Amino acid sequence: MRKLLLFILFVSVTLVTYAGGYRVSVQGQRAVAMGHTGVAVVNSAELVFFNPAGLVYLENKLNVSVGASGIFTNVIYQNQGLGTSSETDSSVGTPLSLYGSYKVNDWMSIGLGVYTPFGSEVEWPTDWAGSHLVNNIELAAIYIQPVVSFKISDHFSIGGGPIYVTGSVNFNRNASRTTTDLEGNRSNITVDDSGVTNWGWSIGAMFNPTEDFHIGFNYRSEIIMEVEGGEATFSNFPNSPATPANGTTTFNAELPLPAELTIGLSYEYEKWVFAFDYNRQFWDVYKSLDLTFGNGSNSVNPRNYKNSSVYRLGLQYQATDKITLRAGYYRDETPVQPGYFAPETPRNDSDGFTGGLSFAVTPKLAIDASFFYLRFEEVDASYDFGTNSTGGRESFGGTYKSSAFAPGLGLTYKM
Amino acid sequence: MMRKNIKYLAILALGIIACEPEFDNPIDEAGTYTSGEADFSTYVALGNSLTAGFADGALYITGQENSYPNIVSKQFAFAGGGDFTQPLMSDNTGGALLGGTQILDNRFVLVFDADGNPVGPSVYTGAAPTTEITSSLDGSFNNMGVPGAKSFHLAAPGYGNVAGVAGGLANPYYARFASSTTATVIGDAVAQNPTFFSLWIGNNDILSYATSGGVGADNNEVPNLDPTSYGSNDITNTTVFAGVYSQLIDALTAKGAKGVLLNLPSVTSIPFFTTVPYAPLSPLNPDFGPQIPTLNATYAGLNLAFAGIGVPERAIEFSATGASAVVIKDESLDDKTAQLTAALTPTFGALKAALFGAQYGQARQATADDLLVLTSSSIIGKLNEARFAELVGLGLSQEEAGQLAVNGVSFPLEDKYVLTPAEQTAIENARTGFNATIAGLATAKGLAFYDAAADLAQAANGGIPIDGGAITSEFVTGGGFSLDGVHPTPRAHALITNGVLDAIKATYGANLPRVNPADYGTITLNNDVN
Repeated sequence: MRKLLLFILFVSVTLVTYAGGYRVSVQGQRAVAMGHTGVAVVNSAELVFFNPAGLVYLENKLNVSVGASGIFTNVIYQNQGLGTSSETDSSVGTPLSLYGSYKVNDWMSIGLGVYTPFGSEVEWPTDWAGSHLVNNIELAAIYIQPVVSFKISDHFSIGGGPIYVTGSVNFNRNASRTTTDLEGNRSNITVDDSGVTNWGWSIGAMFNPTEDFHIGFNYRSEIIMEVEGGEATFSNFPNSPATPANGTTTFNAELPLPAELTIGLSYEYEKWVFAFDYNRQFWDVYKSLDLTFGNGSNSVNPRNYKNSSVYRLGLQYQATDKITLRAGYYRDETPVQPGYFAPETPRNDSDGFTGGLSFAVTPKLAIDASFFYLRFEEVDASYDFGTNSTGGRESFGGTYKSSAFAPGLGLTYKM
Repeated sequence: MMRKNIKYLAILALGIIACEPEFDNPIDEAGTYTSGEADFSTYVALGNSLTAGFADGALYITGQENSYPNIVSKQFAFAGGGDFTQPLMSDNTGGALLGGTQILDNRFVLVFDADGNPVGPSVYTGAAPTTEITSSLDGSFNNMGVPGAKSFHLAAPGYGNVAGVAGGLANPYYARFASSTTATVIGDAVAQNPTFFSLWIGNNDILSYATSGGVGADNNEVPNLDPTSYGSNDITNTTVFAGVYSQLIDALTAKGAKGVLLNLPSVTSIPFFTTVPYAPLSPLNPDFGPQIPTLNATYAGLNLAFAGIGVPERAIEFSATGASAVVIKDESLDDKTAQLTAALTPTFGALKAALFGAQYGQARQATADDLLVLTSSSIIGKLNEARFAELVGLGLSQEEAGQLAVNGVSFPLEDKYVLTPAEQTAIENARTGFNATIAGLATAKGLAFYDAAADLAQAANGGIPIDGGAITSEFVTGGGFSLDGVHPTPRAHALITNGVLDAIKATYGANLPRVNPADYGTITLNNDVN
C-alpha cells in the first residue's frame, strides 16, 4: 500500500502534456495516463480513437470506455520593459470521450466514438495589454465517429470510419489597441457560432509481429470548419461612418482542424506494457484566421503554423489483480513559429507528465483515473503581424508561461 | 498509517499548487523597478493645459486620464509612487458652465461623410456639457495643471476665485479646485508636501500671442516687468518669466523635493501654425481661378503705385498656372496709406483711392516665411462680411464691395491670421530666453530636465518612429496633435511620458518601465455634430 502511494505521488508530481495549437490530447483516461500513447496498445475501446484497426483484437465482445477530464489551464504574461502583466482566468475545460466496440465475429468489430480532440478556452482580463488580439476565446469541436475493424490475420488488421464534427466558437477581442467610443470605452467585436458541422475520416492499421508486440498506424483527416453566417456583435465603436456600426451582423470564417498521423508500438512483458507513439500534426493548413463580416469589414490574422511532432512514452504495470498503474511522458513541439505567438493559443514547446490507475471493481467494470500536468518553458515571444487602425503592422509580445493540469475519471466496461 | 497518508496528501496538494505557472523573474517582485534617488510617494504636477490633459479644444475626462502626469504616475507606482488624483471634469463632452451658462466650448471630434472620407474637425454636440465651474471640488489634487495658465499665473493670488471668472480675472479650471478665493496654484501644490514634482509652464507665455496671430504686445520689445498690466495675448517679459520660474522652483524644492522640468517647443513644431500653406490659392479652384485675370488687372494699377512710391516688392500678382500666396497685412511694414492714396487718386478718384490706400497700406503677398494659423483655413477666399458692410457703407456698390472684401484675395488677411517673420522672431526670442531659464535652473538645482522641444521638433521634421508607424505633427493624421492643432493626443502624452522617465533615469537613476505610445489613442471620430 505504501509503495502504491509513493508511486501515485511520483506520477503526481512528475509532469504531463497537451498538444500544440488548440489540439487537446485527452482522448481516453487509460491513454492519458500513459502519456496519451495508444496507437499500438490493445487495451480498451479507446482504440476507436487511437487506432480502430486494433478493436478487432480486443478479447471481449463488448467494450465500453467513458471518461472526462477537467483541464485547469493558466497562462501568465508580463513585459518587463512596459511593466505590464496579466494572467488568464483559470479556465476549466472538460473534454470527454465515449467509446464502444462490439465484436461482430472473429474477423470484424464495429465501434462508435464521441470525443473532443480540439478546443481552447482562454480568458484574459477584459482590455488587458493584448486585448486587441484576444479578450477571451472558447472553441470546441465534438467528433462523432462510427468505425469498423477487420482482422486480415492474427498479424494484421485494418480499421477506420467517417467522422462527423460539430463545433462552436465564441471569440471576443478589441478592435485595435486604441479605438474607443467618445467615452473611452474600447471598441470590440464578439463572434459566436455553434452547430458548425463537417465530415472527415480516419483509417488505421495494426501489425502484430508477435503476440506481445504491436505496431500501429493511424491517420485522421483534416477537417475545415467553415462558419457561414455566424453572429458578430460590434460594440463601443464610435458613431462615425469611418468605423463599423455597432450592433449585430454576420461573419464568415474558416478554422482548420488539422490532420494527424500517428505511428507507434507497444510491447508487453510480464506485468508491464511499454508504449511509444509518434504524432505528426499537419498544422501548416492553418495559414491565417480570416474573418469577413456582414457589415463589410474584415479581419486578417496571419497564423502560418508549421507541422509539428509529439513524442510520447507510456508505461503500464499490473500491480495487483485489481490495480493497474500507469505513467507517461510526452514532448510536444509547438506548431507556432517565431513572430506568430498569439495569446489566444499561447502554446510553446511543452513537456507532459502523466499518471493514473485503473481499479477493477468487478472483473467487468473498472474505474480509470488519470491526470496530466503540462509544463511549458517560459518563453519570450511576440505576435508581429497585428494590424493597427491605420493599417500599420505592429507587434505585441512579452514573456509567457503556461501550464495545464488535468485530473480525469472514467469507466471501462467489458463483457 | 493515517498520519502518513495525510502527509502524502499534503505533498500531493503542494504538487498541484506548484502547477501554477510562475516566472523566473516576476516583475512584481521587489527590486525590479527602482526610484533611484527620487521619492515618488507624493507626486504633484504643475503646468498648464498640457499638464491638465486638455485636448481637442477642451478638457474632458479621457483626456485627463491620458495626461502625461497621470501616465507618469502609473509608472511611478512601480517604484513607490502613491495615488495620483486629478480634478476630473464631469464628462467627456468638454465644455463647461458658469452658473448654468456655457462659457467653455465642447471638444472637437473628427467628422466623416457617408463615404467614410474625413470632413474635418467639428465641435461635438452629441451631449450638453455638465461641468459646472461654480461647483468646487473638495480636497487637493496631484495634477495641478491649469489650462490657460501662464508662468506668473501660478503665483497669482485669486487666480482661482470663481467670482473673477466671468470678468476674465480668474481661471475657470482652477476655480473648480482652488483651496480658497485667494489661493495660488503654487501654494496649493506646496501644501501637498510633494516629494516629487513636474513643471511644464511657459508655453502660454508665448503661445497665446502666437495663436492670436501676434495681435498682442511683446513685452520684451519695450521691457514691461509688470505682468498685471499684460493683455491676454501678450508675450511675457523674459525677466519676469525668469523671476517667477525661479520662485516656483524655490517653493517646490524648499523641503527637498526632487523634480523634472520640461522646456518649451517651437511654434513651428505645432500644426496650428504649419497646416495652412502660405500659398493656398489654386487656379483650379472654381471660385478663384476664373477671377484671376480681373484680379491681376486690378492689382496691376496698384502695383504701378507700389513702384511709384518706392516699394515695388509689395507688388501683388496671382498665377494662372500655380498656387498663389494669399495677400496679408504685415504690421511690421511701413504704413504707406498716405502715399498710396495720393498715388492712386488720379486714377481712382479720392474715395476709392483712400479705400485702396488704407486696405493695402501694409499689404503684401505672403511668403514661405509667414505662418498662417489653423483658423485661417476656414476664412481664406471667403467674403469678409464686416469689411463688405463697411465698404458698402462708404459708398461702394455691392459688386465693388464684394470684389474688395474677399479674405486673403482682395482683402489682406488680418494680423490675427498670420504670424509674420517679425512676430515669429519675437516669439522665438522669448522662447529661447525662457528655455535658457528652465535649463539653467534644472542644472543649478540638480533637477531632471526633459528637452520636450527637441522631441516635438523631431515629430515635425520626419517624425518619431513607434511600433506600427510614426508620430508626426501632421494635423489630424500625424497622431501627435489633437483636433485643436495645438494640444497633444494621448499618444503624444505617452511619448512625453517616456521623455520624462528617461530624464528621471538620467538624473536620479530611477529604473521605471516605459510606455508604448502605440497603446495610446489619437483623435476621436464622431458624427454627433450640428
